[in-house]
Amino acid sequence: MSIQFKTIKQLGKMLNNKEISHVELIQETFSLIKKNNHLNAFVTLNEQESLKKAEILDKSPSSSSLAGIPIAQKDLFCTKDLRTTCGSNMLSNFIPPYSATVIENLENAGCISVGKTNMDEFAMGSSNETSFYGNVQNPWGLNLVPGGSSGGSAAAVAAGIVPAASGTDTGGSIRQPASLCGITGLKPTYGRISRWGMIAFASSLDQAGPMARTAEDCALLLNEMCSHDEKDTTSLDEKIPDFTKNINSSIEGLKIGLVKEFDLSKLDTDVVKVFEESKKHYESLGAKFVEVSLPNISLSVPTYYVVAPAECSSNLSRFDGVKFGKRCENPKDLEELYIKTRSEGFGDEVKRRILIGSYVLSAGFYDAYYKKAQQVRRLIKNDFDSAFKNVDVIMSPTTRGAAFEAGSKGDDPIQMYLEDLFTIPANLAGLPAMSIPNGMIEKKPIGLQLIGNFLDESTLLRAAHNYQITTDWHLKTPEVMS
Amino acid sequence: MSWETVIGLEIHVQLSTSSKLFSGGSTAFGAEPNTHVDLIDLGLPGVLPVANRGAFHKAIRFGLATNSIINQTSTFDRKNYFYPDLPKGYQITQMALPIVGKGFIKIEVDGQEKIINITRAHLEEDAGKSIHDLFDGETGVDLNRAGTPLLEIVSEPEISNAKEAVAYFKAIRQIVTFLDICDGNMAQGSMRCDVNVSVKKSGETKLGTRAEIKNINSFKFIEKAINYEIDRQIKILESGDSVVQETRLYDSIKNETRSMRSKEEANDYRYFPCPDLLPVVISDDELKEIRDNLPELPDEKEKRYVEESKLDYSEAKIIASSKTMANMFEEACAKTKDSKLIANWLVGDISALLNKDNIDLEESKLTSNNFAMLIERISDKTISGKIAKSVLEEVWETGDDVDKIIESKGLVQIQDESLLETIAQNIIDNNPSQVEAYRGGKDKLFGFFVGQVMKETQGKANPQSVNEILKKLLS
Repeated sequence: MSIQFKTIKQLGKMLNNKEISHVELIQETFSLIKKNNHLNAFVTLNEQESLKKAEILDKSPSSSSLAGIPIAQKDLFCTKDLRTTCGSNMLSNFIPPYSATVIENLENAGCISVGKTNMDEFAMGSSNETSFYGNVQNPWGLNLVPGGSSGGSAAAVAAGIVPAASGTDTGGSIRQPASLCGITGLKPTYGRISRWGMIAFASSLDQAGPMARTAEDCALLLNEMCSHDEKDTTSLDEKIPDFTKNINSSIEGLKIGLVKEFDLSKLDTDVVKVFEESKKHYESLGAKFVEVSLPNISLSVPTYYVVAPAECSSNLSRFDGVKFGKRCENPKDLEELYIKTRSEGFGDEVKRRILIGSYVLSAGFYDAYYKKAQQVRRLIKNDFDSAFKNVDVIMSPTTRGAAFEAGSKGDDPIQMYLEDLFTIPANLAGLPAMSIPNGMIEKKPIGLQLIGNFLDESTLLRAAHNYQITTDWHLKTPEVMS
Repeated sequence: MSWETVIGLEIHVQLSTSSKLFSGGSTAFGAEPNTHVDLIDLGLPGVLPVANRGAFHKAIRFGLATNSIINQTSTFDRKNYFYPDLPKGYQITQMALPIVGKGFIKIEVDGQEKIINITRAHLEEDAGKSIHDLFDGETGVDLNRAGTPLLEIVSEPEISNAKEAVAYFKAIRQIVTFLDICDGNMAQGSMRCDVNVSVKKSGETKLGTRAEIKNINSFKFIEKAINYEIDRQIKILESGDSVVQETRLYDSIKNETRSMRSKEEANDYRYFPCPDLLPVVISDDELKEIRDNLPELPDEKEKRYVEESKLDYSEAKIIASSKTMANMFEEACAKTKDSKLIANWLVGDISALLNKDNIDLEESKLTSNNFAMLIERISDKTISGKIAKSVLEEVWETGDDVDKIIESKGLVQIQDESLLETIAQNIIDNNPSQVEAYRGGKDKLFGFFVGQVMKETQGKANPQSVNEILKKLLS
């Protein structure tokens, strides 16, 4: 029986009913990985270790909730004794001596980390084209990008290789690739999941989250990924609910906000059509639509492109060739060690953002850029706070369109930055948000974004699950190697 | 033309916490290089700092002891620069909102009291050490020190000369050692300071251009570096040139300061709030508990010694100025009530020995227990003051137990009056001419008889008894 395109729930049942052994499941997974090698979704595989874990599970069954479920981990999470590159040449030789808390949480729940997925370098990109390890192929079409930065994770789930993958989302890096690959992805409230062991891009925005085939699977994963972690002071000390608990409850009367300032008329008519159909569907499920105003939302992209590069310029200073990672050959002095190591180790997009970040933090510019951006960020957060007094979730398209071809955005970084127009606000405000498949445009999937109130992932998941049990967009699969 | 000097000090105090400011790594001094370094100190990708609350408590003690504002909400910032011994490429420090705000301390120079205002005191992590001279053509990096908590105490530019600067530094050292927040060990770098010096025409209100002299770690060098720098700047100004704003290094061997980097070459540190750390909030209860448990400071001790122990002001001041000496005084007082006697020994013989060896009391072999025992043996008349001096010298050399020395050397004082009387009578009988002369009015000869008795008893006779017996027999 094939395991391809199965959900966590389905695989769990198959394992429980002994339709498949743990070892068979892992062997099948690696067979799918190899058949789909051309997708370039993985940077490093963890085959031996995965099989060992599966053998143990076959010998002594475990009651852990996700026992034996294969998962692909974004190559941004440190994994003990398993190479972690963050998509960069800089870390091509980096083998961490410790694992990220979220990796430990998932593995403690029984997940088997089968490999590390390709990604935009240091999570900076929206097409996976900035990876040192090459482009990732979107399973939905030749030469289509999978989105980014969690492009490898999205492609691996979309191709049905694994039922689940971890991702991280700083400005849309889970939701945008989920939309472009036709899968479900959730960025939780900032602080829900520990950042310990996540290689930092922009610390005040970075948040890990699940990527899977269904909202229900996302809920199962989220149950295990969340924890209050004393090693991360920004990790929230809040009660973690069972996210699957109310997922089946009706959404009759759910108030969904539509953002007045999101000008959909500028989008492709196909995108608007898909969005309108989703609205109708939600109405048929009993939801009510309310217009909300987020007056400062148009400032999100510029705000983000000050805050995120500023933090990244500092976070990436530790990659200097002194202690770990790449070091250039034969530097003549310290200055050259820094310059050559960092010139050779980082790609163009990373360098661009370090330059922007260093500029906005420099003396004389700090107040005009960084400080101002933080003030605007506060205004955007306040806008959301007021909006959520009247609605339960806010809905928008996840992306401006479906997957585009590699290279099609040319050399214009601004065009690429605008990919995250709809997703960035949730990061700036620290709010949970997800993307679910809600239509096809020219045989390419596209996603619907739902933004939730602070800590209210449960309502998001309920809204998404209700949609998925009454539609089949999330069940569509691309033609890939099986 | 007369000139005025304006000096400000930035003192880095290494806080005596057992673990580092943002990690569980040990802060112990002197370990093998790179053995006290954990994932966080190494700045590995993905690690996050967690603020050490103990370091905050120590900083707050300093603030309370220096009449300073305590910011119950304080924040961390990143100071960005590249250096091999700075693992993350930034130092976490408190730029915008330090734990300790404005305060002041009193210093005394040549009997004159002066108030020096403190601008702020903030917490920050120390860097590691670069070792340039151990590997041929290469530099070694030891990260043991990386992440050690420092309290940087910034003074207002109100210090007028090198003497005041040293007095201020000493006063800060005294406060942090009494508060038990720093071991004060300057040789190990537990206290270092940066000195800002500028010179202006007398009466001029505008400050002159300053030079910052980095990383000085002894009282002597602070004084010499400042005096050198003042001379240098005055010479420049008198020749009609202007002083360049720059960072300078003091070379203690050549006794000169030299330029390290000019203002133009200075780093742009690109400070911004550290996104990994939430503001640290100190509750009212927490603050109250720290305040209630604040140890007694030199000023308060001094006052108490004068009022309760009836010491002279000058004695009280000397004893209260050193934490070790104050402890010794208080422990000895607990055993014997004769506080004057105790003070005499500390201010007299012990201070003399310290001066002779040029050491601090905590570096000597004398323990407070042994000192208390010495005092006890004097006051219970087991030994005389004179014998006690030789016992103290023995303890100073060997660190041996006082009672053991008294016993093994047979130094117990002879109290038996009839025995002393027999000895005195023998001496009188054997020296008839001296007796005649004494009785004839040569009073000075009394000392001769005392000396003879002491000689006979190898100094163990109770001198008071000897005096009384001799007076009786010779009258």
